[in-house]
Amino acid sequence: MAHMNPTPVLERGQDQTMVLNMGPQHPSTHGVLRLLLEIDGETIVRVMPDIGYLHTGIEKTTEAKFYQQVVPLTDRIDYLCPMTNNLAYCLAVEKLLGLEIPPRAQWMRVLLNELTRLNSHLVWLGTHALDIGAMTVFLYCFREREDLLRIFEMVSGQRMMTSYFRIGGLALDAPLGFFEKVKDFLDRFPANVDEYEGLLTNNPIWINRLKGVAHLSKEDAIALGATGPTARASGIDWDLRRDMPYSSYEKFQFNVPVSNGCDVWARYVVRVQELRESHKIAMQALEGMPEGPIKADAPKVILPDREKMKTQMEALIYHFKIVTEGFTVPAGEVYHAVESPRGEMGYYVVSDGTAKPYRVHMRSPSFANLQLLKTMTEGRLIADVVAAIGSIDIVLGDCDR
Amino acid sequence: MATEATITDLEQLKDRPEVARLAQKQGLLQSAKLDRGELIVWVEPGAIVEACSILRDSAETQFNFLSDITCIDWYPSEPRFEVVYHLLSHSRKARVRVKVKLDAEDANADSLTQLWTGADFFEREIYDLFGVRFQGHPNMKRIMMPEDWEGHPLRKDYPVEGYR
Repeated sequence: MAHMNPTPVLERGQDQTMVLNMGPQHPSTHGVLRLLLEIDGETIVRVMPDIGYLHTGIEKTTEAKFYQQVVPLTDRIDYLCPMTNNLAYCLAVEKLLGLEIPPRAQWMRVLLNELTRLNSHLVWLGTHALDIGAMTVFLYCFREREDLLRIFEMVSGQRMMTSYFRIGGLALDAPLGFFEKVKDFLDRFPANVDEYEGLLTNNPIWINRLKGVAHLSKEDAIALGATGPTARASGIDWDLRRDMPYSSYEKFQFNVPVSNGCDVWARYVVRVQELRESHKIAMQALEGMPEGPIKADAPKVILPDREKMKTQMEALIYHFKIVTEGFTVPAGEVYHAVESPRGEMGYYVVSDGTAKPYRVHMRSPSFANLQLLKTMTEGRLIADVVAAIGSIDIVLGDCDR
Repeated sequence: MATEATITDLEQLKDRPEVARLAQKQGLLQSAKLDRGELIVWVEPGAIVEACSILRDSAETQFNFLSDITCIDWYPSEPRFEVVYHLLSHSRKARVRVKVKLDAEDANADSLTQLWTGADFFEREIYDLFGVRFQGHPNMKRIMMPEDWEGHPLRKDYPVEGYR
């Protein structure tokens, strides 16, 4: 929100350029992004993004909470991929604690993370197409997204703010009928992607609107800190799931779609291919789902089962202690990054040995990727700004935290 | 997963290319630490740009990507601030954490925007929320809070509920 009073770009007697305000309440800015566009006719001279409208001080709040109480806060950073944020935070704290997570919990985490990626990419595809003028795709995408939200509700009790992953494992085991429901969805899904592609991929209006728009070279992408599909569409062959695997991702077979197109079209192609790859990973997770416990063996950190609490004194004591005074985490610091649908979602957790984190910093992909907008749009047409914003796929909650 | 032992001895860490490369030059490296498999190097506050450009351009290190910049406030102990840089190497699939310590009276660091333009937003965020200034930054203004905001919210002496 720093640009309340932008630097005057109009000198007296000079009238070639004007400043146009776009947002924060603009449907194509995907939240509350405000852009100040200095334009010369239809051409953009300068872009000044103005963020902070959703700044809620989550990083400050975490310092006043117990470690386990931070998990619900992580949902609220990026409301399109809560599970990815849960995972990154839990992995960081688990690394500080030195916890070993049982295989079933790891595979459930992979499965739900890929479903979350599908969910996020579906919202991206629908709204991106809607911004550009293709109305129908939006309705198709949200039809499938509804199924995904029902799956999330089934497993966690919530459609969006799931908080399903906990430090040391999962909140609960999957309910009866859960895997059948996921299987049913995944069996249908490839045909759905064909359907979206049928509407867009060979559509000449769509192709003309996207090809060659908002160019971002590989060098610029690296210098500006681009990650995720946006970077991969500029030829950066980097995916944390494959290159720095976490949570058993090394046991899954999948391709990382990369394109050298460097434009909005390339980003579209990469994300649609990612839908298919995520589907592949989710299928593997479903078929190979191991049996066994869903929580690590660490009674001082993980809440005991209800049954044990009724029969064992110790379990009751641990429960009382965790709830009332939290659990201490050994002093140290850890940075753990996961591949979120938008890019590198990193959690930097600093512990001073008490039950509350000394500092939690979220390296959010939207915040870093928003800087790309300047390079993508300056010197180009004003109508392309909307396509460029959509192609970066920002979530302002993630950006502002 | 047993927690690996923490190593803080510079001599033992000499086999790490990051440490070896920075130690070649006088007046860069302060100390280093390997904790839970993550390498941390502290460099002299005035030498952060030089240290990062060495880490970026040397063939042994190849940290071509700036992942993140953030800050920690160790109030009331001194040096109060620690600016934390996370570098990533795509080719080596490795990370390193570079830190500089800053005193409260002189909370100034050199800007990394000359090496990676993407440092822009991160440094503005740190200025906004911690009050650490970056010399050589093209646009050192608040980014999250309103322009007329008083104080820097992520400092430890700033109350969680704000000033009323």
